[in-house]
Order: sequence, then structure tokens, then C-alpha cells
Amino acid sequence: MTTATDSTHIDDHHDDDHHEHHIPPGIKRWLYTTNHKDIGTLYLWFAFIMFLTGGAMAMVIRAELFQPGLQIVDPNFFNQMTTVHGLIMVFGAVMPAFTGLANWLVPMMIGAPDMALPRMNNWSFWILPFAFAILLASLFMEGGGPAFGWTFYAPLSTTYSNDGTALFVFAVHIMGASSIMGAINVIVTIFNMRAPGMTWMKMPLFVWTWLITAFLLIAVMPVLAGAVTMVLTDKFFGTSFFDAAGGGDPVMFQHIFWFFGHPEVYIMILPAFGIISAIVPTFARKRLFGYASMVYATASIALLSFIVWAHHMFTTGMPVAAELFFMFATMLISVPTGVKVFNWVATMWRGSMTFEVPMLFAIAFIVLFTIGGLSGLMLAIVPVDFQYHDTYFVVAHFHYVLVTGAIFSIMAAVYYWLPKWTGKMFHIGLAKWHFWCSLVSVNVLFFPMHFVGLAGMPRRIPDYALQFADFNKWISIGGFAFGLSQLIFLALLIKACKKQGEPVSDQVWEGAEGLEWEIPSPAPYHSFETPPVVK
Amino acid sequence: MLTALMTAPVFAETSDKIEQFQLNMTRGVTDISAGVYDMHMLMFIICVVIGAGVFIAMFISMYFHRKSRGAKPANFHESVKVEIAWTVIPFIILIFMAVPAMNLLIDMEDASEPDVSILVTGSQWKWHYKYMDNDVEYYSKMATQAEQISGKLPKNNNYLLEVDRPLVIPTGQKVRFLITSDDVIHSWWVPDFGFKQDANPGFINDAWTKVNEPGVYRGQCAELCGKDHGFMPIVVVAKEPAEYDKWISEQQAIQEQAKAEEQRLLAMNMTMDEAMSMGEKIYNANCAACHMPNGEGLPGVFPALKGSQIAIADQPKHIDILLNGVTGTAMQAYAKQLTMSEIAAVVTYERNAWGNDTGDLVQAKDINSAINGQ
Ligand code: HEC
Ligand code: HEM
Ligand SMILES: [Cu+2]
Ligand SMILES: [Cu+2]
Repeated sequence: MTTATDSTHIDDHHDDDHHEHHIPPGIKRWLYTTNHKDIGTLYLWFAFIMFLTGGAMAMVIRAELFQPGLQIVDPNFFNQMTTVHGLIMVFGAVMPAFTGLANWLVPMMIGAPDMALPRMNNWSFWILPFAFAILLASLFMEGGGPAFGWTFYAPLSTTYSNDGTALFVFAVHIMGASSIMGAINVIVTIFNMRAPGMTWMKMPLFVWTWLITAFLLIAVMPVLAGAVTMVLTDKFFGTSFFDAAGGGDPVMFQHIFWFFGHPEVYIMILPAFGIISAIVPTFARKRLFGYASMVYATASIALLSFIVWAHHMFTTGMPVAAELFFMFATMLISVPTGVKVFNWVATMWRGSMTFEVPMLFAIAFIVLFTIGGLSGLMLAIVPVDFQYHDTYFVVAHFHYVLVTGAIFSIMAAVYYWLPKWTGKMFHIGLAKWHFWCSLVSVNVLFFPMHFVGLAGMPRRIPDYALQFADFNKWISIGGFAFGLSQLIFLALLIKACKKQGEPVSDQVWEGAEGLEWEIPSPAPYHSFETPPVVK
Repeated sequence: MLTALMTAPVFAETSDKIEQFQLNMTRGVTDISAGVYDMHMLMFIICVVIGAGVFIAMFISMYFHRKSRGAKPANFHESVKVEIAWTVIPFIILIFMAVPAMNLLIDMEDASEPDVSILVTGSQWKWHYKYMDNDVEYYSKMATQAEQISGKLPKNNNYLLEVDRPLVIPTGQKVRFLITSDDVIHSWWVPDFGFKQDANPGFINDAWTKVNEPGVYRGQCAELCGKDHGFMPIVVVAKEPAEYDKWISEQQAIQEQAKAEEQRLLAMNMTMDEAMSMGEKIYNANCAACHMPNGEGLPGVFPALKGSQIAIADQPKHIDILLNGVTGTAMQAYAKQLTMSEIAAVVTYERNAWGNDTGDLVQAKDINSAINGQ
């Protein structure tokens, strides 16, 4: 196919590795690649490996919590497991997976030949493995890895941490740099490389949500970098940003961290909204309801996300006025979020629905994310949050929005676009097993966490009182089952990468609409070298 | 099972029944905690209703508007009226949540005019209580034995939720807690009182409670505070005011007696055996969490005392570290936490246990002169 393209676009290209028949063989292809599809694939595999790594740590946590008493790990290692599990899942699994999807899809959706800054794209991926190698290596150093929770509150992470903290700080810096580069690339691409006729309000919602996410990233990743740098200087260079003895304030750390941290949780969910808004209309065979309101809702969620950070800090002793302000602002954010859910339901309403695997994941997303969102609304109510805060109720809440939210949306996206990427339909039997096993086990895993949390079990503890024993057993069993279910996904992905399966049409799914469904399946190495015209 | 039955009577005093299947938040024992519970239930019901509405609409549509049932897609995809409706209606529902929440919060945050004030200080991994109006203060540490945690002994009913000396408060009176920390952030939480409050080093937060019924109420530290965060329970005993007053004066007497006793011990000498057995107890209760029972510490986190230059050579430095701690590290000052004879015993223990065999025997008076001599 490339020869034809070559003869028509001879003068477009000087760089040899842009052409499929000149792709360097073996590892060099992946090391040197500037192709958005290759880089997308790298990101997605990296995210999946990190998901399995962080998942393995979750299995250690759940094995220890299977019954009361200390059986398998000591408390210090337990804390390292929760911390590194959290860091890996957030920065290593969810964020790179979304960046991988953006790489694959944004150029194809807006009719661009590639990302705007391909070499930076290569860099932003290839520094990531180093960041996580450093983080994981710290687990094997004397004193072990970070043990202060993914939120690394000072002074636990400063005065009271071990020297491995320096490695943690360095790793986070690299992750941040990678995210910022990725975000810049997305913004520049969307601003400059839309095909003629692809006006703002014609952009697919995945593009919109990623554009807004990219701005959030650029706004808050530097704040995270500032926070880790202050931790570093407090610990090693005698500053006292967070030490009252030197005129600092440990609560200020939390303000800085959550000023990053709250927008961060929207960074992990806005692209998911984009994915669900693509999948639901396809399988309902009906246009997305309220496209414009979806765009405005996304933008208002993003703006509001900057003024709610202290809802993570209600027990730190803030003045009542501040508590009220953050409570009201947080409650307000549930309005645009609700609008999104209502719009999806309205899209399904009087459609003509079929339930292929991507749709199954999308429907599970809507139900389970809504549960997570509603428990989030409960957490916003300050006087009650005094009870919920730092218990398993919170652990349940954020896993509903992150696992059955972000992760399920990523899985939905992979199943939806995989046939376009490989040209072959994935193994539908395995995919259904993967879905149903995940759906059942994830609820056995996370639903009872609400109960133990309400009954009073604090989070981040390696051992617990006897009244929590029964539920924890169920939670652990659900955890192991969910972990094992992901191996089905692994098997399916390996098959897909070996290009096994039935060939698919260009449109793949009967109801699919959008530029990416107009190019051949599998998507050619270079798509849209001449921009399409969008009517 | 048999052993469990046999050990049960020993703990009869503390064994109130475990609620095996508690699914929901406790109603607690104060007016505030009941208010919190009601607010929680209100939120819960509203959320269930909203969730049910959304899911029912979705499942109806999934059932009736299936392609396999021959459904043909409709054409609508926009309606400003509908969008406005589902923006405004949720907003109104939110107001119905926000108003009671605000009122409750304002009540909760009013810690003025207390009858009793108690300074609560968290440190790795114990709580210190100081009655501001009386001369009573003490540390409260977890009492669950290590053997129960490791599974060598059966676990009793209050496993991990029992302490050596509970906090005692009067019923029916407004008790104000001033909460702070000596090292990292902890969080003081008794679910039955309906609040938790962070203990921030260098700052003081306040909170209050007014318990209606006498009883034993248990909680835990709720903010990750290092290795033994899971082993930092809180037990509060609420007594009728008359009994509480009696308890307070008893404690005052006991603390005065202890001071006199300390003076008396200054003049006495311990034998090596006495010092070693007392030292071992003190060590296991206070030091083993970090330096480990075998004295080997956690490399890279807490130093080993076994073979440490300070424990086998530099005795004045050893005593100095114990008295004053090492600022900027997790090593606390023990001058106020232990008596002089206890410090003498634990220093002796560390200098002779685990093959440190220095043969040094430190006496209370050595500690006294270390305190006064410098
Ligand atoms: C919360 C943890 C913790 C507890 C509890 C603790 N220590 Fe320490 N200890 C430390 C740390 C950390 C250091 C290292 C301080 C430094 O960096 O110099 C230390 C240092 C020491 C040293 C100096 C060792 C050396 O070689 O430098 C001695 C002696 C010591 N502790 C004795 C004790 C005794 C006795 C107790 C109990 C009464 C105790 N510690 C309780 C954390 C703890
Ligand atoms: C594979 C299934 C998973 C299981 C069994 C699992 C289980 C757990 C458990 C038991 C904890 C510790 C709770 C505590 O002790 O406080 C935890 C913490 C956490 N998890 Fe997961 N989890 C899973 C997947 C994920 C995913 C996919 C994400 C993110 C997208 C995630 C994000 C987090 C975060 C941020 C924390 C908090 C870490 C901290 O306390 O610092 N988890 N998880
Ligand atoms: Cu938040
Ligand atoms: Cu704690």
C-alpha cells in the first residue's frame, strides 16, 4: 500500500523512517520511532505492564489482609506496597494508557497525519520506563521504597522517611516531565493539525476531553514538581517549608499536593468521558445526545476542579468558612458530572442497541462510575466526611471511579479500536469471559469495602480488628479473582498482536462514525497524508 | 477454639461483643454523632434514589430499545429544555443536602465553653493525654500482645483495639480535646463520637464531645503515621461525673506517689538481673517497634542497637540520646516518658542484650546526674 502513497507524496518526506518499508528492524523501530501509532502502542503496552505490576502489589496487600494478624509481610513493607501500588496505578497505568490512546486516536480523529511534535513524542514515552525503573529499584535499596502513601504527606515523607525518598522524587520529576510533553503535543496537534472543515464543535468528544485534560496537565504537573522538590529540600537541604520548628506548616504540603491532586483525578476521568461518548452512540445507533452540553460540562468540570482541592483535607482543622466553601464547590461539580450521565442515558433512549464487548464495558462504566460518583457526593458533606475520611469507604469510592471508571473505559476503548489497529477482530469469546469475570470480581472486591469503611476500618493498615474479618476475606477473594481475570485480557492482547482473528471492514462496527472509521483496517502506518475534507 | 474459650475469662473485663456484620455507620453515643448518622442516612437515601432512577431508565432502554427486538433508532439528539431541567433539578436537590449539612457542621465546630479540657498528643505510635485542669497526664499504648499479632496466641475480642491506659472522661459534660503531635501527622478518631481530627506537629486543633452514656468506646489513629500506624488504638472510658472525679483524684495521688517513689529509687541500686529483666520489659514496650525485639532495627530506617558503637562504647552519648532523643529523626526524647530507673534499666539492657555484653550496669542515680550534671 505504501508504494502507491509514495509516488503521490514524493516531495512530502525526506525522512526515511517515515516509510513503512524503511522501518528499522527489531528494537530500533521502537526506540527511534516518531510514528504516533507506534508510540501509542508503546504507551499502551507499557501501561498494561504497569497495571499488572501494580496489580501484583495489590495482590500482596490483599493477601496480607485476607485474615487478621500479620502473616506475609511486615508493616513497613506493607506501607511500601500500598504506596507504590498507588503511584504505579496512577502514573504508570491510567495516565500512560490515556496518552497512548491519544497518540493513536487524536490524529486519526482530526484527520492529521501524525502528532505535531513527533520527536518530543518519542522522548515523552522513552523517559517513562526510566522513571518507573528508578521507583521500582528503590524497593530493593536498604530501607526500602517510599512508605508514606502515594500522597506523601510531610513530615512523614521528609524528616521521617528514609533516604530512598530522593529516588522517589527523581522518579516523580521524570513522570511529570513526560506528562507535560505529552500534553503539549496533544494541544499543539489539536490546535494546528485539524483537517479542513474540522471545526471546534465538530471535534469528537474524545478529542475535546483530551484537549481539556492536556490543559489541566500543564497547569498542575508543575505544582506536583514543586511539591516533590520542597520535600527534597526539606529532607536533604535543611529548608523547612513543612516543618513548624522552622516556620513552615505541614498542612501547607497538603494544600499544595491536593491543588495538584484534585485536577489529577479529573485528568484520569475526562478522557474516559470522551471514550464513553464515542462508544455509546455507536452501539445505540443514534447520535450522541447533547454534544454541546457535553463539551460545556467537561469544561466546567475542569474549571471547578481547581477550587475543590481542600475536600481531601476536611479533618486537618480548617476554619469553618473554608470547610463550607469547599463543600459547596465540591457539591457543585456533581452537577456537570450528572449532566454527562444523563446525556449518555438519553443517547441510549430509543436507540437500536446491540451489546458488543466495548458496549458492555461502557455500560458497566456508566453504572459503576455513577456509584463512585454518588459516594463522592456523600464524601463532600463535611460533617459526615469526618467519619468517612481515611477509611475503606474512601478506598471503595476511589476504586469505583478509577478501576470501574478509568480502567474500564480504557478497556472499552481497547476493544472498540483494536480491530481498527490490527485489522482483525479480537477473540470475542475471550473478551466476553474477560468482561464478565472482571465485572463480577470487581464488585466482590470493592463493594464490601463500603461496609468495612462505614463500620470503622481505617485505610492503610496491615492488620485489623476482628469485626472486619469476614468482609475482608471476601474482598481479598474478589481481588485475586479480578487479578486473574486480567490474564484473560493479556492472552487476548497477545493473540491480537499476532494478528490472529477474522479480518474486519473499514467501519468495523455497524454504527461507528468518524474519520478513523473511514480509513482502511488495519489503519495504514501513515494515515491522512493528504488531509480529508470534513463536511 | 478451646484455647479461645480458656483465655476468654481473662479478658472478660474488656470483652464487649463483636458486631460481626456491622454494615453501616454507627449511630454513636453523642447528639452530634447521631446527627452525623442521620445526615449520612439522608445522603445515602438521596443517592440511592438518584442512582436507582438513572439505572432504571437505562435498563428500560436497554431492554426495549434493543436492535434484536427490532427497535429503530430515533432521531433526536438535542434539547435545551431537557438540559436545563437536569442541570437545575440536581442543583435544587443539592441545596436540600447543603443546608442541614451546614447547620450540623456549625454545631460540630463550636468547641467553646468546655467543662473539661484534655491535650491529646500523638507520637509514633502512642497517644499522650494531659488533663489541663488537673495534674494528670500519661501515655496510652496498644496492649495487644505481639504473639496475638503473629498468630502464636489466639486473638481476643478487642484485638488491636485495647490499650494499657484508656482515656477517662465524664459523661454529660462538654469535653474539649486539644489535638497535636510530636512528630508526624496522626488523626484522633473514635467513631462513636462522630468525628476525627488530625494531630498536626507544631499546631493545635480542637474538637469536642459530650457523651451521653457511660461505656467503653474504641477507635484508631486514622492518618498514615509510619510503620505502626495500624497499631495505635484509642480507648475512651466515659464515667458518671462523680466516678470521674473520684478517678481524677486517685490519679493525682498516684502520680504524686510515683514522683516520691522515683526519689526513693534514686538512692537504691539495682542488681544486674533486676536491671536486665526490667530493661527488657521497657525495651519491648517502648523501643522494639523501631529497633526490633532482636535489636537489629530496620536497615536504612531504624538503626540496629546490636553492635552499635553507641550501645557498646559511648555510654554518656547513649544516655544522652535516650534523654533528649535525636532531633530531626524518629528517635524521641524519653526523659519525660520514662522514670530515671526505667531509663537506667533500658540502657543497661541495651548494653548487655543481643551479645552487646559490655557488662555495664547503669543506675538511676547515673541518669539523675546526667540530667543535672549537664
Ligand atoms: C519511632 C521509632 C523509635 C523508637 C520507638 C525508638 N527509637 Fe531509638 N532511634 C530511632 C532512630 C530513627 C534512631 C536514629 C537517630 C539518628 O539518626 O541518629 C534511633 C537511635 C537510637 C540510638 C542510637 C543508635 C546509634 O547507633 O546511633 C539509641 C541508643 C536508641 N535509639 C535507643 C532507643 C531506646 C532505648 C528506645 C526505647 C526507649 C528507642 N530508641 C525507641 C527510632 C526510634
Ligand atoms: C487490581 C485491582 C486492585 C486492587 C485489588 C486494589 C486494592 C487496593 C488496596 C487494598 C489498597 C490499599 C488500601 C489501603 O490500605 O489503604 C489500594 C490503594 C490504592 N489503589 Fe488500588 N487496587 C486495585 C487497582 C487499582 C487501580 C487500577 C488504581 C488506579 C487507577 C488504584 C489506585 C489506588 C490508589 C491511588 C490507592 C491509594 C494508595 C495509598 O493509600 O497511598 N488501585 N488498592
Ligand atoms: Cu478531590
Ligand atoms: Cu496513624
